[in-house]
Amino acid sequence: MSFLTPFEYEFFRNGFIAAVVIGALCGFIGVYVVLRRMSYIGHGLSHAIFGGAVLSYVLNINFFIGGGLWALLAGVLIHGISHRRWVGADAAIGVVTTSSFALGVAIISTHRSFTRNIEAALFGNILGITHTDVWIVVLVSLLVSCALFVIRRPLLFSTFDPEVASTYGVSTGKIDLLFIMLLAVTVLVSTQILGVTLVAAAMVIPPVIARYLTQRFQTLLIVSPLLGAFCGAAGMLLSFVFDISSAATIVLTSAALFLLLESALIVRGKKPAASHEH
Amino acid sequence: MANPHDHRPGDPHSLHPPGLEEQSLARVAAVPLVELVDVSNGYGTTPALTRVSLKIWPGQFMAIVGPNGGGKTTLLRTVLGMVSATSGKVLLRGQELKRPSLERIGYVPQLETIDWNFPITVEEVIGMGFFAKSRWFGGIGENEKRKLREIMERLNLAGLGHRHIRELSGGQQQAAFIGRALLGDPELILLDEPASGLDIRSRDDVIHFLHEINHQGVAIVLTAHDLNWVAAHLPWAVCLNRRLIAEGPPNEVFTAKVLQDVYSGEMVVLHQDGMVMIGERPHAPHN
Repeated sequence: MSFLTPFEYEFFRNGFIAAVVIGALCGFIGVYVVLRRMSYIGHGLSHAIFGGAVLSYVLNINFFIGGGLWALLAGVLIHGISHRRWVGADAAIGVVTTSSFALGVAIISTHRSFTRNIEAALFGNILGITHTDVWIVVLVSLLVSCALFVIRRPLLFSTFDPEVASTYGVSTGKIDLLFIMLLAVTVLVSTQILGVTLVAAAMVIPPVIARYLTQRFQTLLIVSPLLGAFCGAAGMLLSFVFDISSAATIVLTSAALFLLLESALIVRGKKPAASHEH
Repeated sequence: MANPHDHRPGDPHSLHPPGLEEQSLARVAAVPLVELVDVSNGYGTTPALTRVSLKIWPGQFMAIVGPNGGGKTTLLRTVLGMVSATSGKVLLRGQELKRPSLERIGYVPQLETIDWNFPITVEEVIGMGFFAKSRWFGGIGENEKRKLREIMERLNLAGLGHRHIRELSGGQQQAAFIGRALLGDPELILLDEPASGLDIRSRDDVIHFLHEINHQGVAIVLTAHDLNWVAAHLPWAVCLNRRLIAEGPPNEVFTAKVLQDVYSGEMVVLHQDGMVMIGERPHAPHN
């Protein structure tokens, strides 16, 4: 079997493009997710979307529309609750996302007919991606990337120094809300490919690896999406060769890269670029 | 209580408008830059400031001293509009402050609050100062780049722009954050404990930058814990412990009585060659 053999199949070509694009998008937005210490939100939002996905299926609504509205609602709720000072962001995420996930589970228990679709929502169905899905993924990725580019400066300021940013005229509340909505949309398109359970890894591992390699924010924004895209491509090829779950292979590829880098640094006795105690 | 506006230029015994040099005396206006009128506020049921009245004049150079929890940072945050007054008023050039995000006030936070592992360069940190003017969509043009270079040269940071912020010395790090504040062309810069955690050399660098900026007419208000540093370098001190206890030149307000009121502790105040030095009185040994 040659390197190009899997590309003879349309389902693989679609999945490959989607995995590369989603890998890059998750790597890009993941930089902010990691720096804002919001990894748990990414994980929580994907679980919240599960409720929306199940509900969309039952009500016979398109996944992207139903799930998208659900994800945005969850994002707004998390933002609203976490900005009330007496409830921490982690608690707000816990309340909203687990409730939504529980709703999905409750609906499944009464409709036992769609086990296969639920499996796809939980673990992804990258090889079931259609041509239309690819276009949606590409379009949404472009829109989210453009929005992140436009707000890059206030987003950086409010990520680095949120309290001071507000005194410099940055509307930190609006920026936070916009960011969480962009995150919700990203999680939505990624869930169909990577599944509820694995989407957070695609947003966390590439930026963490990139932080080992650079101390510059601008470089991080280039390296992390490239790593995400690389893991998406490599994971797809490896999953075809070894005939294992594509989503799991993509995540395992990035985890292997992380372990490789960590081991190399330990062997060479070096500290990662990000490590420092002031 | 001393009034910074009752000055007689040239008379060494008069109360100089704090921090004002001759070239900026003309800028002393009838209206203070910022005025707190009977301001009280707090966090939940814990009071932070109680009926504080204070004027900050154009070109003033002032230190706020007081114990931990005495309201120093809250006072800065009140001036910035980040904490609102539950009673009293905050006036900016005579107009009541309604909301935060002040065009002409720069803020330098405590270095302890900075995430030193954040992947960011010196130039990126200073460049954030452009947000005050360009807001969401503006890019950094040639004029802004030139201004950034000028400020970095002024603060002795030229050539260090591409370094990670934590690779600088403490004094240089503080200078970078001062540079960020300067990019907004402020009339007033508020600094929260700029000398905290710095060695003597770095503290000297920081006070040198601040004097230079103040000489150009920018009013500076900082909080500090080291009374000797304040007495040695700053022309005006405000003693605060939730309420304003005294203000004036340090060699006049740093008395054993005032410091007892501020810190609830006994201190020794020595005057030597026109300098004032403050020391803690040792506890009597237990029998």
